[in-house]
Amino acid sequence: MSSALLIVQTLNGLQLGILLFLIAAGLTLVFGVMDFINLAHGVQYMIGAYLIAMFSAWTGSFWAGLALTLPVALAVGLLLEVTIFRRLYGRSHLDQVLATFGLILFLNQLVKTIWGAAPLSVPMPDVLSGSVRLMDGLLYPVYRIALIGLGLTTALLLYVLINKTRVGMLVRAGASNAPMVSALGVDIGRLFMIVFGFGAMLAGFAGAMVAPILSVEPGMGDNLLILTFVVIVIGGIGSIRGAFIAALLVGLIDTLGRAFGPHLLRLMLDAASANQAGRSLAPMLIYILMAAVLFFRPSGLFPVKR
Amino acid sequence: MSQQQALPATTLAPASAAAWRVSFVALLFVALALLPIAAKLGAEGYILNLVTRALIFAIAAISLDLILGHGALVSFGHAAYLGIGSYAVGILASHGVEEVLLQIPVAIGAGALFALATGAVSLRTSGVYYIMSTLAFGQMLYFFAVSLSAYGGDDGLTLPGRSTILGMPLLKADTTFYYVVLALLGATYVLTLRITRSRFGRVLNGIRENPARMKAIGFEPFTYQLAACIIAGATCALAGVLLANQTGFVSPAYMTWQRSGELLVMVILGGIGSLWGAIIGALSFLLLEEVLSLITEQWKLILGPFLVLVALGGYGGIAGLADTLRNKLVRRGQP
Repeated sequence: MSSALLIVQTLNGLQLGILLFLIAAGLTLVFGVMDFINLAHGVQYMIGAYLIAMFSAWTGSFWAGLALTLPVALAVGLLLEVTIFRRLYGRSHLDQVLATFGLILFLNQLVKTIWGAAPLSVPMPDVLSGSVRLMDGLLYPVYRIALIGLGLTTALLLYVLINKTRVGMLVRAGASNAPMVSALGVDIGRLFMIVFGFGAMLAGFAGAMVAPILSVEPGMGDNLLILTFVVIVIGGIGSIRGAFIAALLVGLIDTLGRAFGPHLLRLMLDAASANQAGRSLAPMLIYILMAAVLFFRPSGLFPVKR
Repeated sequence: MSQQQALPATTLAPASAAAWRVSFVALLFVALALLPIAAKLGAEGYILNLVTRALIFAIAAISLDLILGHGALVSFGHAAYLGIGSYAVGILASHGVEEVLLQIPVAIGAGALFALATGAVSLRTSGVYYIMSTLAFGQMLYFFAVSLSAYGGDDGLTLPGRSTILGMPLLKADTTFYYVVLALLGATYVLTLRITRSRFGRVLNGIRENPARMKAIGFEPFTYQLAACIIAGATCALAGVLLANQTGFVSPAYMTWQRSGELLVMVILGGIGSLWGAIIGALSFLLLEEVLSLITEQWKLILGPFLVLVALGGYGGIAGLADTLRNKLVRRGQP
């Protein structure tokens, strides 16, 4: 267990956490403000990745592709909100689960129909390719560092937006008590639409940003969606701050657990059983964390006051 | 006596509705019992396999409907119990125990135990947090199964054959297996119906409607809900035993979160709370999936929007739709 490896894995964990945060931010607001279970949020992330694959191939530039991806991702989110989701806000959680589950089936298949089942790859922008030397014998890809920086910047902007602007104030108020906000003369339907579209765009942004380092394929959002749920439940539904802290926690624990779990267990067990136990425990760690958090704090770490 | 009279009248269906439902369910089971004979005319093995699979999922759907429809506990990790049941078969069989009369108790015990342990944590939360905590436990078990390299890990394990009954390979014939599954489905339906109509079931329904009041009159919601979860878990583990036997194969794929979602979809599609709706939901979901996939490779483009429309329609699933139609007919029949 060298320190170089520790640094690399910590950075990887941080990067996963940032990615999770970008997706979780929109989801936790939709969850918190509208009490709406959106299983199709992971699909927005996938759509972002596919859009940038298409647009960067068209324009020949990652950045031009990104500039086209964001408004289209926003438009897709708004389209879904207007046609389907807004009819589901007042419904039971079960109807929401059914509708958004159907939507996952549809959109995953649609993506397969349009772009094919084979994974696509997105070329990395030239400026950010290559590696940077962090210390002796330790090279780390520039792109991943840029991802972390970009994610942190987005988090900061989001913090300002939520805490310092009028729209942000309304969103926070909506998360605490939506009917009251509505009674005070705010067009809650429009607020919901803005929150939803913005959340969809953030998820699409996350998908676009990781497209160069992942393979873009149908269903790529499905498993990430579950991680995102874990994040927002640990953080407390509706809380951006909670989502941020929980996302970093989940990203780091998952990555470090998988990398070092067997090593740590070797201190107590013999090598073979430590390997076996480590391999089985590592993917379960974040779920154990979530169960523990819910056991002691049934509304997450940072519950929104109601 | 006085306690019985105090029960809410709303949970009692009018006599005609009850008679209608009984005759419908009876008709359904008769049709299912005759199916193997009809199937001889067509592609027998294919049809029988398809419907057997649907009936197994119907058992799982009924178990989910018990906690979902009567306890309002939205479990998003119910496929875990399918996995527990099938792994009980797989693990026992790989150690040479192929006796189904041993496998079933082990599966049911394991399912009940998992429900007890996870329910004790999940039931501390409510609403969305409950849904998500069941999801977390389902995922935990999924990853645990993936890491079980002694039993195939990610690839799963192939069973040597169907389980034996008292050492005899009675389940080997597809038709016999079909009738065993059908009989178990019937037993599950009747037993679960009895449970929902019992005092226990009424308390459960009361807790769904208003936990605070039930608590005030001396019923601890946690205990009743936990018991319901254990019953549901044990029942679904039985479905897992059957599923492993039908496919001859056990793998973590049985307990993905998508599978849990499908179980939810079956129950909602059929109409929650009615139990027979769960049977109809499982049958129609799996048959629809099959028929659509025969028509086009892109069948999910049709199934997806269909589910969205069912949800948007808000009819309360097929069972709810049937009730609405019947009420309209009855009203038209009256002057």
